[in-house]
Amino acid sequence: MVPIAYYLILAAVLFSIGIGSFLIKRNIITIFMSIELMLNAVNLTFVAFAHQWKLIHGQIFVFFVMVVAAAEAAVGLAIIIAIFRTRQTLNVDNINLMKN
Amino acid sequence: MHLDQSILSLIVFTPLVGAVVLALLPDRGKLQPAAALIVTLLTFLFTLHLPAHWHSIPAGTYNFELDRVWIASPNIHYHVGVDGLSMWLLVLSGLLAPLGVLASWNAIASRRKLFYTLFLLQQVSMLGVFVSLDLFLYYAFWEMALVPMTILIATFGRTDNRRRAALKYFLYAFIPSALLLVGMLWIYNGTHTFDVPTLTYLAATHQIPGSAQALWLASLAFLIAFAVKVPVFPLHGWLSEGIQEAPTAAVMVLAGKLGLYSILRFSFGIFPEQSHRIAPLMIALGAIGIVYGALLAYLQNDLKKLAAYSTLGHLSFITLGIFTFTAMGVDGGMYQILNHGISGGALFLLMGLLYERYGTYDMRALGGLAKVLPWIVTMFVITALSNVGLPMLNSFVGEFLILAGSMRTAFSAHAVLWCVIATTGVILSAAYLLSMIQRVFYGALGTRSREVQPIDLNLREHVTLWPLMILFLAMGIGSTYWMRSLHPLATAYSSAADVPPLKNPIVHVEAETYVPVNGGQR
Amino acid sequence: MNPNYLWLIPVLPFAGFLINGTLGRKLARPAVAGIALLFTAIPALLVAWLWSTMLSTGALTMSVTSRSWITVPGFHVNFAFAVDHLTLIMLAVVTGVGFLIHIYSAGYMAHEEGYWRFFAYLNLFMFFMLVLVLAANFLLLFVGWEGVGLASYLLIGFYFTKDSAANAGKKAFVVNRIGDFGFLLAMFLIIAHFGSLSFGDVFAAVNAHPAWQGGFLTAIALLLLVGAAGKSAQLPLYVWLPDAMEGPTPVSALIHAATMVTAGVYMVCRTHVIFDRSPLALSVVAIIGAATAIFAATIGMVQHDIKRVLAYSTVSQLGYMFLGCGVAAYSAAVFHLMTHAFFKALLFLAAGSVIHALSGEQDMRLMGGLKKRIPVTYWTMTAGVIAIAGIPPLAGFFSKDEILYRTFAFEANPMLGKLLWAVGLLTAGLTSFYMFRLWYKTFAGEERFDEAHLGQAHAVVHADEHPAGHDEGQDTSHQGHHGVHESPWIMLAPLCILALLSIIGGWIGIPQALGGSNHFEHFLDPVFAATTHAENAVNADQVSHSMELVLAAVSVLVALIGWFVARIFYLKKPGTLGARFGNSALYKLVANKYWVDEAYDATIVQPTVIGSRILLWGFVENVLVNGSGFVSAAITRLFASVTRKMQSGNIRSYAGWLAVGAAIILIAMTASALHIH
Repeated sequence: MVPIAYYLILAAVLFSIGIGSFLIKRNIITIFMSIELMLNAVNLTFVAFAHQWKLIHGQIFVFFVMVVAAAEAAVGLAIIIAIFRTRQTLNVDNINLMKN
Repeated sequence: MHLDQSILSLIVFTPLVGAVVLALLPDRGKLQPAAALIVTLLTFLFTLHLPAHWHSIPAGTYNFELDRVWIASPNIHYHVGVDGLSMWLLVLSGLLAPLGVLASWNAIASRRKLFYTLFLLQQVSMLGVFVSLDLFLYYAFWEMALVPMTILIATFGRTDNRRRAALKYFLYAFIPSALLLVGMLWIYNGTHTFDVPTLTYLAATHQIPGSAQALWLASLAFLIAFAVKVPVFPLHGWLSEGIQEAPTAAVMVLAGKLGLYSILRFSFGIFPEQSHRIAPLMIALGAIGIVYGALLAYLQNDLKKLAAYSTLGHLSFITLGIFTFTAMGVDGGMYQILNHGISGGALFLLMGLLYERYGTYDMRALGGLAKVLPWIVTMFVITALSNVGLPMLNSFVGEFLILAGSMRTAFSAHAVLWCVIATTGVILSAAYLLSMIQRVFYGALGTRSREVQPIDLNLREHVTLWPLMILFLAMGIGSTYWMRSLHPLATAYSSAADVPPLKNPIVHVEAETYVPVNGGQR
Repeated sequence: MNPNYLWLIPVLPFAGFLINGTLGRKLARPAVAGIALLFTAIPALLVAWLWSTMLSTGALTMSVTSRSWITVPGFHVNFAFAVDHLTLIMLAVVTGVGFLIHIYSAGYMAHEEGYWRFFAYLNLFMFFMLVLVLAANFLLLFVGWEGVGLASYLLIGFYFTKDSAANAGKKAFVVNRIGDFGFLLAMFLIIAHFGSLSFGDVFAAVNAHPAWQGGFLTAIALLLLVGAAGKSAQLPLYVWLPDAMEGPTPVSALIHAATMVTAGVYMVCRTHVIFDRSPLALSVVAIIGAATAIFAATIGMVQHDIKRVLAYSTVSQLGYMFLGCGVAAYSAAVFHLMTHAFFKALLFLAAGSVIHALSGEQDMRLMGGLKKRIPVTYWTMTAGVIAIAGIPPLAGFFSKDEILYRTFAFEANPMLGKLLWAVGLLTAGLTSFYMFRLWYKTFAGEERFDEAHLGQAHAVVHADEHPAGHDEGQDTSHQGHHGVHESPWIMLAPLCILALLSIIGGWIGIPQALGGSNHFEHFLDPVFAATTHAENAVNADQVSHSMELVLAAVSVLVALIGWFVARIFYLKKPGTLGARFGNSALYKLVANKYWVDEAYDATIVQPTVIGSRILLWGFVENVLVNGSGFVSAAITRLFASVTRKMQSGNIRSYAGWLAVGAAIILIAMTASALHIH
């Protein structure tokens, strides 16, 4: 049996990669993907702990997260397309409508 | 459910349903005002149920009560009920709303749907404040009152300054409300209840936990929030601009009632000793505010500004009265809240009528209107006299009791001084109101009054004004009818120990005759 | 008469007010006048009935209490009326003279605009005046007190298109309010000390405690005096009354001569129980009265407007009444109040008739020689002039002499009494002088008016004053009839009745020294006996009848001297007086009314207005009150200028802040976890 620490380390690495690319990347699609990466890192910890403590709660939560992620992907992509149509760019540095 | 239980909910939520209906109806012709009129009249009709089925009750208990758990934890109830004070405030608000709609009939010519929907929402929150017996419920309505009013001022203001006035109003009212919320939560933390009757009972029996210092701070948090809303001098920074900008219907309910009611119900109820402690300051502020408001009103050239400072003066009277903690002062103060509602409301209505006709509130451009507008001048003079406090009209009763109470209060070391200062208000108010009458109506025609074809009151305006004129007289002569249900609260807030014993005990003889002692011997 | 009918006495004029006030605009003029007269005549008849009832049954008081007006725990005020002999006299004066003046007005105002308005206001005045005299408690008295002030305001400002009239009305109301301020404070003190405002309770409490002298009773009395001085135009609050002459002449006769202005005297008499306990307050009343009497008389000597002479004369005569009250001779004061009501109403109405005859002219310099042209007015006015001058056997002599005699015999402070008597005597001489001056200038000598241009000249004067050309006000009706003409009989009949009363009205109070029996004083004894009867007895012993006769002779002599002087300067050698003194500083001082109005304006009104403009408006309102808002806004903005840097609008920077925040929280959690272990 794989010790739980391995799962957690993997999840931490995945999460850090997600944060890093979220901060560095300018393309909105990439940013989106890094969000998914972070979500999955969290999912991994949930599943690992559920397995560890023999509790079903964690696994149920993962389903929640997956549903939310799917919904988010659907809505998010729609927004991205809308933005691309109006502004002809996917560079977030150019998308600062909230400013002022 | 019996009608007596559901009547308060009916009163509060009728305008809410009305607001939804108005939002769904198209904004076409006079449809919106007509619908709003029906809704407000219906609400008014419901409020009349209260005095009709009134049972006299001791202080601290409520009629038409309904108590349901709303949220189990934290312990929040949907608890409504009214005592004498809140009942008359409900009736007053109920009466003013249809009059406000009538006053806006032509004055609001565009975006009617927005106006009347907001107006009804404002009505909901105001009525809600008066019926709530749960602090949390009360706070919800209290904060809700802020939003429609702010939008009304910002959207329907008269000049370009309206945004600024609305923002000022919002900030002045909102920031102290945050303090109020903190105070409320602190109270809840100690008592685990938001129920007002329970809290009042706990306060009366010194069972609210917390150090004296903490209670003092909490009471200040409450009082400041209310005092700004009244407003009490010198927290009136928002009043003048707010009144200048707000449309007639909104300005009639802008100041006074909410804050003063809250002081009487919550500050006095939950923090009796702390309120006694701050009374000397409030008495002084009240007396100063009376003179200050009157003097500034005298300086104004703009009718609305004049009315704003006149409002400050009248509200200061009430502040003075209720903080005397004498039966006369508190009774007179509560009665004066009602009086100010109708006298001040009538004044704003009439000014609105002039504005509709002449497009200005500037007295320098008006003048000589008495000759061409006989009905308006009659109404204006009667209203001014009511505001001046002429005996036999409504305000006199309240002002007289307030001033008489201020002479006897035990809560100020200089009661007589403040009483004298406050009484000069009767001279000054006569000076500025009669000057206003003279400048607007007497003398030769002004520049603006020459240009405009004079139109006297039409039927709708007669209908708007006559109820108020009749109330002036009725409330001036038959004050006992209204005050009967206010007495329990007044007595409760002026416990026997608070009233100084008479220096000279009176020898009671047969009342109201004055037979000279040796009269019959000759 | 059943006491419950007392309500009808004031309520009927109120009904007249309501009818004329709401429907009057649409009614014909005779109907308006008819309604107003009817609703004044019935109360007068009721008062007559009341008299006969009370005299025949020998009842000294009659009272009726209705429902409660104001009730708070521990204090209540009822609607309650009461009648005693003092009230009876006031009621008779108010309804009787009021009715006569209503009749006169029907003729005088016949061609005025706002005829209905005039009669509505007049009835409103009657209502409040009757409430005032019938009230059985302080607060109801105050209702009438303020109400007559309101009616006075409305009637002075009757010609509201004229600025001077509107100003005068406002001034009257505001100055009266200064008096009311005192009255209110007095009531608050009474409540604080007695817990009741009912006359019965308060006076009984005072009577039951003989030990109370001065102290709070002095304070109450002095505050009541402030109120009385405002209403009765005494120093220093007299300034509104001369200006009140802007109102139509019948109003001046009714309100500003016969009834309303005497309310202060009535109030002092009514509350004499309190005043009697305070020698200080009484002395102040007497001094104010005497000072006002002579002060106003001097101004009256140099006025040119016929109504203003009469106005200052009213102020002066009211001073006599206060003097009477101040020496505790209340019945004498009320006696003078009554005779004054007769002859001053007569004088005003006659002056109105003169003005009517001259198509609106009020300046005596443009009158003269009217004796033959308007004989009825002339003869009735002559009666009034002799009555006020204090020449026997007309009414004014008896009442004025009674006051002077009592002042002379004032035993509480003999020195003060003698001094005030001298002042009163001098005033009597001045009164005689200025009244005969008025009489000669109006009726004797040559005609100084331009008959062909009467009315027109007047219109021109007013057009000059009001460039806008709106001079519909001010007696326009009297323009148009060209030529001097006697007034119609509807105006002359009241004059004749009042002239008769001015001649015989004093005979009911002839003192014993002159062979009478002073019925009047005995009639009022039940009201004032409790406190003054003993003193009177002492007085009678101290000053013998022969002394009284000497004093009477002296005052008659002084009156005759005044007449004689006036005769020399205004009949025999007109113009000599003006030539000698016209440019003297003293004359200018008096002619400008001692600059009192200007002094008040400069010392009270302007400093208040300017002070509040600079200090309150400029500094407190705009710097402190509004400034505090700006300061807190500036502080908020200062913090915001730092924190807003975070809100760059760039998604990635937001994400960065988020990450930093999360990291900080994590570190904090870890640190605290380590710390715990």
